[in-house]
Amino acid sequence: MCLAVPMQVKRIEGGFALVSAGNLMRKVNIEMVKPLKVGDYVMVHAGFAIQKIDPQKAKDTLRIFDEIH
Amino acid sequence: MRYIDEFRDKKIIQRLITKIKDLGISEPINIMNVCGTHTVNFFKFGLNTLIPENIKVISGPGCPVCVSEEDFIDKAVAYSELKDIIIVSFGDLLKVRGTTSSLKDKRSQGKDIRVVYSSLDTLEIAINNPKKRVLFLGVGFETTAPTIGLTIKEAKKRKIKNLFFLLSLKRIPPVMEYLLNDKEIKIQGFLCPGHVSTIIGTKPYEEIVERYKLPCCVAGFEPLDILEAIYILLREILEKKPSVYNQYQRVVKKMGNPKALRIINEIFKIGPSCWRGMGKVENSGFILKDRYIDFDIERIIPLRLKKEHKKNLCLCGEVLKGKVEPLQCPLYAKVCSPLNPYGPCMVSQEGACYAYYRYQRKA
Repeated sequence: MCLAVPMQVKRIEGGFALVSAGNLMRKVNIEMVKPLKVGDYVMVHAGFAIQKIDPQKAKDTLRIFDEIH
Repeated sequence: MRYIDEFRDKKIIQRLITKIKDLGISEPINIMNVCGTHTVNFFKFGLNTLIPENIKVISGPGCPVCVSEEDFIDKAVAYSELKDIIIVSFGDLLKVRGTTSSLKDKRSQGKDIRVVYSSLDTLEIAINNPKKRVLFLGVGFETTAPTIGLTIKEAKKRKIKNLFFLLSLKRIPPVMEYLLNDKEIKIQGFLCPGHVSTIIGTKPYEEIVERYKLPCCVAGFEPLDILEAIYILLREILEKKPSVYNQYQRVVKKMGNPKALRIINEIFKIGPSCWRGMGKVENSGFILKDRYIDFDIERIIPLRLKKEHKKNLCLCGEVLKGKVEPLQCPLYAKVCSPLNPYGPCMVSQEGACYAYYRYQRKA
């Protein structure tokens, strides 16, 4: 139920954005993550973007796998 | 980066498994997850077959449908009997049995019961059916609470008078503490829920680490996330240096999502909530604030339900506390299966019994 999936912002229309993952397109509410820009990735849960994904932190996590572990 | 494939790299998975094995832990360790998606992915990706047998990752009360009490379903079923009402719900809830029947049974009897992907869809249903009452069944944790909060806020703003809510919104940290206070439950570390933490941040776990001296690791949901979190928890258990570690930094911030928290605080207050198998847990629920009380169906149309006690062999309540594994339930795979589920843990695709049945059962 707390499932959220990473989706990319394609278009922004006021309080909503059109986001995509693979072939899936959805209109989601972005009140909780504004401001956004096209190209950003957000985590989508039940029709709402609940957080922006931080690309630098994602890279850091992947680097930690490589370096420390 | 698409934030999926990168976190499923087989070579790194192998390396992490080796690191876990190299810790050389021989005694039994129980790590509890409190998120249904962790349960599902742990089995779906076969991670249970990769880590040493003495390391158990047990499912806690992390599936909102599973932890909803029979009473909640009984109320929803009773409301569905009213004239001119449309019941709106997330999908999984329909199959959960109350004392006498499920919403799915009611739908097959012709009641108007609809499934939505987002609570926002409820607004349109209410607007398009002005002569009917529309009742949304809101279950979920901190991840879902702000989404339902925003829906309620929007309904108030648009002056929608025929939309109501029956809510069972729950908070995870108080129930983690509840479990730690039960001496029969042996847990050495918590795999903390990534998307609940997206909203609440990592700070609420600091108190748990401080008070109970056990590590809490907030984790993402891809195989590498889960394995790294298990490795970190094991290392901290071994070194006896418990901390709050945020493995899911690409999404989770220390203070969570302040905008989402503001919405929660605007619409809800904290109060007790009832959990299946655990009963009433103080401070574990979100309850509508007085200024939104007109949306509370129980205030508008109070119900008086007869308490029926049914002899019940279902062990969902014990499964949710991590006291028994699904296989230990006398009903599991005999009279209870995903096609004909008896208890909620077999109903929900995030339930421990469903995940066991789907991914663990020997052909």
